[in-house]
Amino acid sequence: MSDQPQAADSADAADADGPEVPVIDLPGDAFDAVLDALDDRDPDEPLRFEGFSVARDDDGGYVLADGGRPEPLTERELHEALSERAAAVTDWYAFERVVGEFGPRRAFLRWIEDADGETVATRYAALAEGIERAWGELKITATITDRGERRYDLRHADDAGVPVDDLETHEDPLGARELVTLDEKGRYRPLKTAPSLAGGWVFPDLGPRDLYETVETIYPATVANWHREREGELDVTHWRETMERQSGIYGVVKTWDRGEGYEHVNWVAEACCDDSQCLKRREWQYDEDTDLDVDGGDGAFPCREPCSVVVSAARKWTRLESEQPRTYEFELTPSEKEQVEDIIDAVADGRTDEIREADTKEGANRYRARFLRAKRFDDEGNLGGVPTDPDAE
Amino acid sequence: MQSLVIVAHGSHLNPESSAPTYDHADTIRATGALDEVRTGFWKEEPHFREVLRTVEGDEIYVVPLFISEGYFTEQVIPRELRLAGWDVSEWDSDGLSADQATLVAEDIDREVHYCGPVGTHRAMTDVIVRRAESVTDDPDVGDDFGLAVVGHGTERNENSAKAIEYHADRIAERDRFDEVKALYMDEDPEVDDLPEFFESDDVVLVPLFIADGYHTQEDIPEDVGLCEDHTEGYDVPTEVDGTRIWYAGAVGTEPLMADVVLERAADAGADLGSALDDVRETTRVATGD
Repeated sequence: MSDQPQAADSADAADADGPEVPVIDLPGDAFDAVLDALDDRDPDEPLRFEGFSVARDDDGGYVLADGGRPEPLTERELHEALSERAAAVTDWYAFERVVGEFGPRRAFLRWIEDADGETVATRYAALAEGIERAWGELKITATITDRGERRYDLRHADDAGVPVDDLETHEDPLGARELVTLDEKGRYRPLKTAPSLAGGWVFPDLGPRDLYETVETIYPATVANWHREREGELDVTHWRETMERQSGIYGVVKTWDRGEGYEHVNWVAEACCDDSQCLKRREWQYDEDTDLDVDGGDGAFPCREPCSVVVSAARKWTRLESEQPRTYEFELTPSEKEQVEDIIDAVADGRTDEIREADTKEGANRYRARFLRAKRFDDEGNLGGVPTDPDAE
Repeated sequence: MQSLVIVAHGSHLNPESSAPTYDHADTIRATGALDEVRTGFWKEEPHFREVLRTVEGDEIYVVPLFISEGYFTEQVIPRELRLAGWDVSEWDSDGLSADQATLVAEDIDREVHYCGPVGTHRAMTDVIVRRAESVTDDPDVGDDFGLAVVGHGTERNENSAKAIEYHADRIAERDRFDEVKALYMDEDPEVDDLPEFFESDDVVLVPLFIADGYHTQEDIPEDVGLCEDHTEGYDVPTEVDGTRIWYAGAVGTEPLMADVVLERAADAGADLGSALDDVRETTRVATGD
């Protein structure tokens, strides 16, 4: 934070070329909070604001120090002095009294306006214009009122620029629960950080605490983990450790690691953890000494251990991957081989709904798939008429 | 600052699984008795592993929204919450009497009060009765009615049957219903033969499950004969072999469950003011007038 005194509440403090710093009226609750904070302090123990400090003196008055000569002030004079410095006072009030101490919440709300990097004047000018931040698929726009209160507009990034009146408006952070349950096709979202958040809604006017709660409802624990990472305290639990911890029906997953490398975990991460599947940035690896070969993604918030969706899928793969490969012999035309590949790609990329009904150029087109089935499957559904288990013949 | 953390199973497949957890959390929030109410899940987010780091308070009460003491409450939850030094002997329980254990959660390096599951609390008996009132829409239901409390048998967990018997016995002692029986899905007496076990023409069937899902919406209705196939649905009541069966669905969806969650926290030392009375009142079945 700058050591320079800032007359941030007066418009002429703004750089001639920079954005204009808004005029702030000191609200009564902010002034009362200052008096309360001073009451809790010993005389001469200063309460620090950006660019100045205030302390009680021994005579029931106050002293303001801003680099010039400290002068004794009555309460009325203190009010006047703080009103002239309302930006710095409301900034103090916003973070010390409204946002509070809780680490993740405080760090997140300070990060939004870069409160640890920019001066009050710069931030207030930027807030007056609107500060935009991205968090997963969310777009956060922070603004400030003429009383120095932060207000936040939260919506899907795809709805940037859409008038509030054209969106479904919400106020209660917990109302976000219904927004995250289903994707836009009405399918259940088992993974909250999957990039399948539906849009069409807005929280147009959240306070700081409610913004944090809403983000936590949409992407649970992402702020807490991001905060730990920023503090250098992210506790990453790697694949091996996570699998070895499993018990009950999941206990079997530990047998998938056979000391024969970690290629299978590369496949898992490519299948489940790619940015196209999950917005968390994968920080866990095979083990502490062995990084996976696939990209962990670019998300703002980290993934600190394989999630329950990955563990459940790994259980299935542990069973499937215990099978030995066999050689099957059947005929496909070159186009049919490519069509099988097209179908796998379309399912893996979630594109099947996009393939138009009559677009028979697409291998994963429904008519094309039905034709292939009619031609190549026998009555039991065996590809090429070849039974899956030859011994079952 | 007092924080309540409700931990529940959740589901990767069924959005209804977490619905009761959220509903009860909302009911408790509305009382204002705790500074913070959070939810954590085994299959949803925040996961058990990460829920505590979202908690701000310094007096933390963790209440498992599970029916019985067993694998989840004794192994999975303490392990995933990283409760240092946890051993099931901390609860000193006979399978029904777990109250709470105070342990440091290594994830946050703060103490938490880890409570017994809601399903074995004595107040759960009242929820079963309230469920019967809800499904019959009669706050005085009892006369000329039988009550079947249904759960898994011992196949998966010995304590599961204990919880069912415990509540069935307590309800029977009240002499409110003409008959009260504990029935099971995978052992005798089996819920499939429900009409054989009751003389009453009307029987309320309350499954001791936390959330509606496969067991309560498919298994039991089909086994009991409320429908051939669950996709057809069924009426409440439905007559099966001369007995009118009032099928209540999962007891855990009953709003009074919020009271049991609070009772667990209160037993562990939470200061709840009038919240217990408030919840009992606000979740009451209207006297039909």
